Amino acid sequence: MSSLPHLLALDIGWGSTLAIKTIIVLAIIPAGALILGYVFLLKVMSHMQSRLGPMDPGGFHGWFQLIGDGIKFLQKEDVMPAEADRRVFAIAPAVIVISTFLVFAVIPVGPDLVVKHLDVGVFYALAVSSLSVIGVLMAGWASANKFALLGALRAAAQLIAYELPLLLAVVGVVIQAGTTSLNGIVLSQQNGAIFGWDGIGNPFILTQFVGFALFLVASQAELTQTPFDMPVAETELVAGYMVEYTGFRFLFFFIGEFGTAFAFAALAATLFLGGYSVPGVYGDWANILGPFVLFAKLMIIAFLMFWVRFTYPRLREDQLQAVAWKFLIPIGLLNILVTGVFKVAF
Amino acid sequence: MARKKLPGLVGGLGVTLKTMLKPAVTVQYPHEKEDPAPRARGVIALKEENCTVCMLCARQCPDWCIYIEGHKEKRPPRREGGRDRTVSVLDRFDIDYALCMYCGICVEVCPFDALFWSPEFEYSESNIAQLLHDKVKLGEWMETVPEPEPLEIGAETKGKK
Repeated sequence: MSSLPHLLALDIGWGSTLAIKTIIVLAIIPAGALILGYVFLLKVMSHMQSRLGPMDPGGFHGWFQLIGDGIKFLQKEDVMPAEADRRVFAIAPAVIVISTFLVFAVIPVGPDLVVKHLDVGVFYALAVSSLSVIGVLMAGWASANKFALLGALRAAAQLIAYELPLLLAVVGVVIQAGTTSLNGIVLSQQNGAIFGWDGIGNPFILTQFVGFALFLVASQAELTQTPFDMPVAETELVAGYMVEYTGFRFLFFFIGEFGTAFAFAALAATLFLGGYSVPGVYGDWANILGPFVLFAKLMIIAFLMFWVRFTYPRLREDQLQAVAWKFLIPIGLLNILVTGVFKVAF
Repeated sequence: MARKKLPGLVGGLGVTLKTMLKPAVTVQYPHEKEDPAPRARGVIALKEENCTVCMLCARQCPDWCIYIEGHKEKRPPRREGGRDRTVSVLDRFDIDYALCMYCGICVEVCPFDALFWSPEFEYSESNIAQLLHDKVKLGEWMETVPEPEPLEIGAETKGKK
């Protein structure tokens, strides 16, 4: 499965290895959500709005703000509407977080550092990330609130609509790499060459720039971020399907949203920027540098996503759907066509 | 659809990026303090020796936040055989800063220049009763009153200086 135990000269069985990896990923999700939330939501957003953001909590530029917010949420009263479907109401946020965790299970952080190498990695990652749609519908239905339900239905429609451009963007990458395994995609970028020069490998963003743009737009919509955040339009619909959620359950949604942002940024970094790989670095060094390289790349992509989020006003629901069905999907199909032609011709 | 809108979209991204890279002008108050503007209105100070208990400030205050009590005392006449002079003495002069709206009418209207503006503003209290500043405290604020701004060149200085 993974040669990391051999790497560290440890003799632990596959059960313990799996347990350790699971714990690490479970720790990464809230940590990643916190880092993204703090750096981008609090600090970058503030500076883009000519203000400073939190400066006091924790002393140095308010790094403790989100953790303090989390603690505050933990001590809130657990309120559930009287008519709500109790079990579904409670499980809905967990479904979203679980789908995030399952996406992390295939993202390679180093040549050997992945929870499980899957030959159909990309296919699995996209399939599993659509589980969050179920979570959204569960939340809206179980809230026993007409407006939550409407919000959930609109959110589900949006998420399903934008699954397709996401997939089509990724298919272009798969055609160029020749494999759906995420590790294979990273390796083909690392070992590739641009017109014979292999200084920086062959990151697919250069040839798949259309796919990259599509992937970014589609993942923006998948995460219900502005300009596609009609489901959670804070100032208009009061959080749509999340309106009846308070305290820790709301925190779960928040972690799910930012954890998924982390996952999608990592996925985009893996598919388009070469993931954990640095050209020329293999073996043990790649295992050590891998996480940091991937982190740096995903922060760049996350910056792009959040930059767009803080700049544009939101689209109306019908404009949103029109963009997906009438604009992005034809471009995605065209991208596949051109990629296929180029792959065969050259 | 995106043909005419694309330059606008990209321009918008440029605006946010530029704003992000410019340092924010926020003054982080408890740690850094700004100098107030000249003639800033922070607190009203009382120069007791100028006050003649004419009550104009208390009467003109829109909020009735000035409480004045005084009594008349006799003083010896200026010349031998003249009438005794009466002098008004200030017993109580309180300004209730919980009511004061910092309009400055009392300072403007005082004919004897007994009230002055001071830029001191950090006098908040946790007990609202302590916002009633008495004669002694108002006298202490006199130390914080800045020198009057110089008049413009050519301004007329009629009457009082």
